[in-house]
Amino acid sequence: MLRRFRLEEPESVAEASELLGRFGESAKLYAGGTELLLAMKEGLVQYERLINIKKLKSLSEVSARDDTINIGALCTHHELETSMLLQQKVPALHKLEQNVANVRVRQCGTLGGNLCFAEPHADPGTLLMALGAKFIAEKSSGKREITADDFFVDAYETSLQPDELLTEIRVPVPGEYFRSAYLKFGYLERPSVGVAVAFNLNGAGLADVKIAVGCAGPAPRRVAEAEAVLSGKSKDDAAASLAEAGAAAGRASQAMSDLHGSQEYKEHIVGVLLKRAFQSAAG
Amino acid sequence: MAKSMTRHDAQLLSLSFTLNGRLQELDVEPHELLLDVVRDRLGLTGAKRSCDVQVCGACTLLVDGRPVSACTTLAFEVRGRSVLTIEGLAENGKLHPLQQAFIEHGGFQCGFCTPGMILAAKALLDENPSPTEAELKHFMHGNICRCTGYKKIIESIMAAAEKMRGNG
Repeated sequence: MLRRFRLEEPESVAEASELLGRFGESAKLYAGGTELLLAMKEGLVQYERLINIKKLKSLSEVSARDDTINIGALCTHHELETSMLLQQKVPALHKLEQNVANVRVRQCGTLGGNLCFAEPHADPGTLLMALGAKFIAEKSSGKREITADDFFVDAYETSLQPDELLTEIRVPVPGEYFRSAYLKFGYLERPSVGVAVAFNLNGAGLADVKIAVGCAGPAPRRVAEAEAVLSGKSKDDAAASLAEAGAAAGRASQAMSDLHGSQEYKEHIVGVLLKRAFQSAAG
Repeated sequence: MAKSMTRHDAQLLSLSFTLNGRLQELDVEPHELLLDVVRDRLGLTGAKRSCDVQVCGACTLLVDGRPVSACTTLAFEVRGRSVLTIEGLAENGKLHPLQQAFIEHGGFQCGFCTPGMILAAKALLDENPSPTEAELKHFMHGNICRCTGYKKIIESIMAAAEKMRGNG
């Protein structure tokens, strides 16, 4: 049962930002609604106004520009899982999008909404960290760039200011030597643990290693301790160090016990997924 | 969209959409859910409320041919769109091949999940007339059945797919 609210339908990002500024915490941005409406139906949150931003059509495009793939925050998971451009340029993200929740959630849910709601048990933020993505935050007075690493603050909390909208996700186009993979495991509707691995692999070995863990703790996070284990190693040496890297990633994941598994269990699964993700990425 | 106020401070949105091929026009409040509008205001009770959190698929409706959870879709979202419920699937009294296949292959027992199951399967076959079993399972895994064990549902959909391709 949803409580009554009023609907605002801004025609521009600036107008949406002004509405956020004017109504403060009594209003919330609404896009796909796949997370927000569930929380509202449960009575966990309540708003006097929802600001429907789906009229901002310019935020629904995927485009290639210079060295980045730019994804409008309002792109639905379904639009991304069927995007040829994404499939060609960032296949790991394309594959992730094919496996978000179920077909109905993918139909309505947006990538931007997923990131901004910052539900701990979600997929995209983890991979976007490993891919070195940057997020564009806009408000009436201008825009700024936030790295994926700095975007997630805590469970259900991001570094967006109250009157800012996430408008675009910019993913660097992988170069020739770039390898990446995202794997998740769970036995409920949402994943218990997700692990993303990305690195450049050439004759000199592994460089630019980025490993991120999601779902285990309150927010997705980079695990530098595990990255350090693999950095600079040859492919074979790295493959021989996966147990050490996995254990380091588990310890650094800030895993906490919840319905999706105990802390100890999640830390173990982080190690298992890290190993498999590395093997998948390295080929 | 026209907005007007009543003395109770309710915001009314005029909603115009196609329901099973027929134009519907009514006023809704922003918080009204598509499932409630279709079931309680328009009297079509094929879609069921079950989990209420987009997990089970019992409330599946097709909006412009794509499956959505009507339990978590605000009714105003279907303005200008085409909504198909299970009641609109048969044409001129003739069952859709999916409906016929579910009967012939025992694709349901209690029947609670069936309207959503058949509509989701229709969306699948409309975009992929020849799905592999793996593709079928991937598409349908968000529709839950507690009776059949799924085997007969898969058989029903595969049989309907064959018939719809003209091999039946």
